Amino acid sequence: MEVQKFYYDNRIPKLFAIACVFWGAIGMLVGVLAAFQLAFPVLNFGIEYTTFGRIRPIHTNAVIFAFVGNGIFTAVYYALPRLLKTPMWSTVLSKIHFWGWQFIIVAAAITLAMGYTTAKEYAELEWPLDIAITLIWVVFGLNMFGTILTRRERHLYVAIWFFIASWVTVAMLHIVNSFEMPVSFMKSYSWYAGVQDALVQWWYGHNAVAFFLTTPYLGIMYYFLPKAAGRPIYSYKLSIVHFWSLIFLYIWAGPHHLLYTALPDWAQSLGTAFSVMLLLPSWGGMLNGLFTLRGAWDKVREDPVLKFFVVAVTAYGMSTFEGPLLSLKNVNAISHYSDWTVAHVHIGALGWNGFLTFGMLYWLIPKMFDTKLYSKKLAATHFWIGTLGIILYAIPMYWAAFRTYFMLSSFTPEGQLQYQFIDAVQTAVPFYVLRAIGGTIYLLGVLVMVYNLMKTAKQGTFLATEAAEAPALEKIYVTPEKAHWHSYFERKPILLLVLSLVVVGIGGLVEMVPTFLIKSNVPTISNVKPYTPLELQGRDVYISEGCYNCHSQMIRPFRYEVARYGEYSKAGEFVYDHPFQWGSKRTGPDLARIGGKYPDSWHFNHMLEPVSMAPGSIMPAYPWLFEKSIDIASTKSKIHAMRKLGVPYPHHYEAIADDDLRKQADAIAANLKKEKIDIKSDKQIIALIAYLQRVGKDIKADKRSTSQN
Amino acid sequence: MKFTTYLEKIIDVSIYPIISLLMFLSFFVIVTLWVLKTDKKTIEHMENLPLESDQ
Repeated sequence: MEVQKFYYDNRIPKLFAIACVFWGAIGMLVGVLAAFQLAFPVLNFGIEYTTFGRIRPIHTNAVIFAFVGNGIFTAVYYALPRLLKTPMWSTVLSKIHFWGWQFIIVAAAITLAMGYTTAKEYAELEWPLDIAITLIWVVFGLNMFGTILTRRERHLYVAIWFFIASWVTVAMLHIVNSFEMPVSFMKSYSWYAGVQDALVQWWYGHNAVAFFLTTPYLGIMYYFLPKAAGRPIYSYKLSIVHFWSLIFLYIWAGPHHLLYTALPDWAQSLGTAFSVMLLLPSWGGMLNGLFTLRGAWDKVREDPVLKFFVVAVTAYGMSTFEGPLLSLKNVNAISHYSDWTVAHVHIGALGWNGFLTFGMLYWLIPKMFDTKLYSKKLAATHFWIGTLGIILYAIPMYWAAFRTYFMLSSFTPEGQLQYQFIDAVQTAVPFYVLRAIGGTIYLLGVLVMVYNLMKTAKQGTFLATEAAEAPALEKIYVTPEKAHWHSYFERKPILLLVLSLVVVGIGGLVEMVPTFLIKSNVPTISNVKPYTPLELQGRDVYISEGCYNCHSQMIRPFRYEVARYGEYSKAGEFVYDHPFQWGSKRTGPDLARIGGKYPDSWHFNHMLEPVSMAPGSIMPAYPWLFEKSIDIASTKSKIHAMRKLGVPYPHHYEAIADDDLRKQADAIAANLKKEKIDIKSDKQIIALIAYLQRVGKDIKADKRSTSQN
Repeated sequence: MKFTTYLEKIIDVSIYPIISLLMFLSFFVIVTLWVLKTDKKTIEHMENLPLESDQ
């Protein structure tokens, strides 16, 4: 067979590696800012672009899609050609992919800061950017499959399976979760409402963790760990079982984010059962990684790359043990809405994703620059600084979570709640400070790495291309005599793609179809009416300011929650909520029954100066809501879009919607005037007050009118 | 009102968890069989793929 000569292109992986480090440092810096904001509200700077509600989505999106995203692409563009013995299929597509992705990142940062958000966690970007992501993702897929189809190696190594499954599942998740009705440029409403929206969102949210933060990184582990250790993976067979059971189980586990909520019980139980089962493949993968180093632990002491890998894989094991634990209802009762979740995801993000990326870069950059790492000592320093940062980050968060849980759930002997919510907030503040310090230390480690890698690049010469040779793939495959029927699959990438899609698709369908098709799954409540135009505008202000980042709108059926917030939430209350606003974290109190709890003037003063109404509050002030006007021009299209989504506004209501809006706004302004507060009725704060006074009120009025259907 | 009430309204709702369990089990069994029956040479070839380009 004729041997063909070809070249691996290192330019694209280099670009992605630089982007990965660059955005990683920025994303973490934004995270540090967000962390300090929780302890020192003055750091919100009193301007809209830097308040916590907008900073936090920038942090999460930057770390997930910019840092980890570029990390994934670095690995794929480096490993895929080498595993398949062929260059990437198209350099043009590679470049479009790289620059397109960076453009999306920049656009995301700008639009999120400006308050353009869908309010769906980790999918906050508005519809034009959703489309851009889809296009770039298709470009990436074309390039990947083009490469796979023109390969010179018949068998696909397991890392490639992980890359394929990640690509196809992320595509599916992104498209399903991003179904939205555009209202205008940069504003849309989620196609789904209430319970359904929550179910789709957390099916997405959970699997974004699975198929963006986990499976592609397992691909990285299966490629770079053997490379760095100089030996094959401990058990290739185990890696096959790991792959299939992991992608099959992961997709079902989403509802564990919604335990004790108004989500139907059966869906909650399904989520729990599959989450517990997930422990097996996850630990199978972890052990596979760690056992690869059996008898080579002396190398770990010497080699910073392996050090990072060992801690990364251990962190993977820890967080995948914690995950099933958190999905048990009794544990979830404590952890949900608390800082425990924050600690959990950061063990994953800082330990697993961060350290695996660092290990990969410490291995990859010297390789691509044909040199040795500038300083092993600095890398070891980074390792210790980073580890210390993780510990200092996580422990205070666990501590704060338990402390606040015990405070919020305790009653006096007389049966009264023992603590106010603000007491729990105050007790958490010192832990927030410690956490922010931990994050800062971790970031310092990253900066040490940046210096080390830049020095490494400087002392070497960049190998733009690397020559390689391999025989072409024979057209007709002669099956070895002893081969089994299974080898048919592993030679067929497209079949593998389709099978992965079927596997993850089944999980999604069984989970969601019943809630979608059968109306009685979400009982309607006759009192629940659509929002008035002013309330709708106020709700959009609520969304735009990212209130959901700190406030839930979901009261769980616990004595201490009902006593604190009021009647627990019902599925039927959210049927007009496009998108749902249940939230996932209570840095502030739940707002599901805020309507009518305080007078309008309380909200007015509270939004202007939170500590004036709630001493000790760490909520930022929102002075611009008192200056900016309600976007009245958009009312018509908003009502129109809502009706299209099934909200029963009367026909031609658009025509008089603005009159209703003004009437209600004037009434609120007049009400405030009675309390000696002068404000024009067209300001955003008026709309926000209207919305807040409405939330959860529908079923407050008359409990008996709750009906089925 | 418990949500199981609404659940009961779905005709033959218990079939969903049963289907899912069966699917998972059979899938797992098939994959395990596949892995156990794979011949050693193929496995050896595949697990060494990442190391090849260094030689």
